[in-house]
Amino acid sequence: MSLEEIEKIAGQNYKYGFKSDIETEVIPKGLNEDVVRLISERKKEPKFMLEYRLKAYNHWKTLTEPDWTHLEYPTIDFNDISYYAEPKKKEKLESMDDVDPELKRTFEKLGIPIVEQKRLANVAVDAIFDSVSVATTYKDKLLEHGVVFCPLSEALEKYPEIVKKYLGSVVPHTDNFYAALNAAVFSEGSFVYIPKDTVCPMELSTYFRINAEETGQFERTLIVCEENSKVSYLEGCTAPMFDKNQLHAAVVELVALDNAEIKYSTVQNWYAGDPKTGKGGIYNFVTKRGKCAGKSSKISWTQIETGSAITWKYPSCLLIGDDSVGEFYSVALTNHHQQADTGTKMYHIGKNTKSTIISKGISAGKSINTYRGLVQINKSAKGAENFTQCDSMLIGSDCSANTFPYIDVRNAQSTLGHEAATVKVTEDQIHYFQQRGINMEDALTTIVNGFCADVFKELPTEFAVEATQLLSLKLENTVG
Amino acid sequence: MFNIKDLKASIGDKEILKGINLTINPGEVHAIMGPNGSGKSTLAKVLTGHPDFTEAEGSVLLKGKNLLELDPDERALEGLFLAFQYPVEIPGVNNEEFLRMAYNAKMKKNGKDAVDPLDFSDFIQEKLAKLSMDESFLERNVNHGFSGGEKKRNEILQLLVLEPEMVILDETDSGLDIDALRIVAKTVDAYRRADRGILVITHYQRLLDYIKPDIVHVLANGKIVKSGDKSLALELEDKGYDWVEAEAK
Repeated sequence: MSLEEIEKIAGQNYKYGFKSDIETEVIPKGLNEDVVRLISERKKEPKFMLEYRLKAYNHWKTLTEPDWTHLEYPTIDFNDISYYAEPKKKEKLESMDDVDPELKRTFEKLGIPIVEQKRLANVAVDAIFDSVSVATTYKDKLLEHGVVFCPLSEALEKYPEIVKKYLGSVVPHTDNFYAALNAAVFSEGSFVYIPKDTVCPMELSTYFRINAEETGQFERTLIVCEENSKVSYLEGCTAPMFDKNQLHAAVVELVALDNAEIKYSTVQNWYAGDPKTGKGGIYNFVTKRGKCAGKSSKISWTQIETGSAITWKYPSCLLIGDDSVGEFYSVALTNHHQQADTGTKMYHIGKNTKSTIISKGISAGKSINTYRGLVQINKSAKGAENFTQCDSMLIGSDCSANTFPYIDVRNAQSTLGHEAATVKVTEDQIHYFQQRGINMEDALTTIVNGFCADVFKELPTEFAVEATQLLSLKLENTVG
Repeated sequence: MFNIKDLKASIGDKEILKGINLTINPGEVHAIMGPNGSGKSTLAKVLTGHPDFTEAEGSVLLKGKNLLELDPDERALEGLFLAFQYPVEIPGVNNEEFLRMAYNAKMKKNGKDAVDPLDFSDFIQEKLAKLSMDESFLERNVNHGFSGGEKKRNEILQLLVLEPEMVILDETDSGLDIDALRIVAKTVDAYRRADRGILVITHYQRLLDYIKPDIVHVLANGKIVKSGDKSLALELEDKGYDWVEAEAK
């Protein structure tokens, strides 16, 4: 098999590219104070929230778009985007049966069980469609354990004190350009609260779906784990195929108190743009950060990034509590004209804090895949340890991979390890598989999966299979 | 069963194989010997459909099917097996998984059910024993970090698992110490059967002490210039290749 054929195999069908025909109310394009007020009003938010949004909006106005990445894209016109869209029929839903049948079908097509009888065993799901949450399963059962899992707008209504205390405490509205924008216009997201001494009895997951055209999605997720509690959370994302780029600028904040543990997994499969021309696709500009506030707390990020025209994100950990642990496991697959600039930041502040970074970047087609990471060990972080491994795999000869590891150590009693490798899938390897009767698609998938094994084993078992299949799909041959 | 007819192949403008004719009947073992650069390894690559040689001319019939019209994996499923001269390393892919994948590809071709990991594990133990291979081979990644000799043994292990009808060994003796050579060669010799064909490509005749060929061919400058019985191999060992090449001109 020739190199061209290997590249051809790496072609893909985006099977989530359909648009649902659902009556949607979209507010006019453009961003100003009135739009911010309108969103807050629509959500019937408490006053503090509106004030927070306005503060963020006014700060955002003073900022300029950052340009330090290894990404290329035209300037975004922030007044050419609509900041809020919701499916029209939206009375209060009493049960799953009240969900718009077309919406149900949409999520069914996506393989996401929001209808109770079809739900995944032991996984609670929150489904978010454009700017609103349409369904959350297992809510009551979780509440029996004191676990709150609901849309953020509902949390603002029912648990305003908790939201007020933690929202913006990890990613302040002044953090960066997109975080400020999100703070001003965020529309929906998931809220998770695990009380003291509680292990969440099931996996929690949120599925995000952008449906409306020329709309931005700005969701905001907040997860708080009190002392000695534990949760595993997974998010999945898809969008229809449009010629125009869509902006997705989310913020995720995690807070772990003493001995608490949060595992946050992402399977990201936003529409990546036209395979041939690169037209369209999602700009995925996201700020994700977790705060290990308590002693011996742990935050673990696992991400499988396969979609989006551009992915730009660095799920990070602030390791403040002594003996706290931060982990980052990432697979980023780019193909065709996709670009990804992703990695993590580990800030060691408490004593004996530990972090592990395992990053696997796979580039195919004409894509550009960049790992960018920071390990900062502060003066106070005596006895800190970090291990980093960032590997790149190249498929074909028109793609590229970059690695930018930043290391900043400010005390002499810490340990760091860094490993990096670049491998290329060779014709000889594929030929070897074929000579044993294994077709080239299976060969390529097996090699890529092997390369990613260290990361896949970190995913919740329910989703590890899904991730493997997603990768195979992304590498599937479109021609012949 | 295996019939090569007027096989030609080039790299760029340079013709490497200049019309090879060879027929192997069921049960026969043939050896191809020849000096460096005569086209021995190219022949193996062309037969298996390596991407360097996609435009070969002529025909290669295996049980009546022209392999040149098939993809490399289809050729393998028709029963063609090459023990590579330099088996490639595949990091991250578990050896046992790889073997089972290949085995199940064959099962599928034959319309049979795939074998699960447990049954496969039993099946493979006996094959390992034949080659005096340690179980730990299965845990490792395909050829990754293997010594030269381990790689060659791993090739023969695959041979035993897949049970192909037409076997090509490309310089399988290189990189093997005396003991390993004996085990590998004896295993291949035991593989001989009335319905199977074996083509041994080799530089030296020592392998042929264990796998006695029915016919020995000399490949020089892209053509088979002389064929004979086992004694030809000994004669080559003794006198070198110059005289055959001279005779051919």
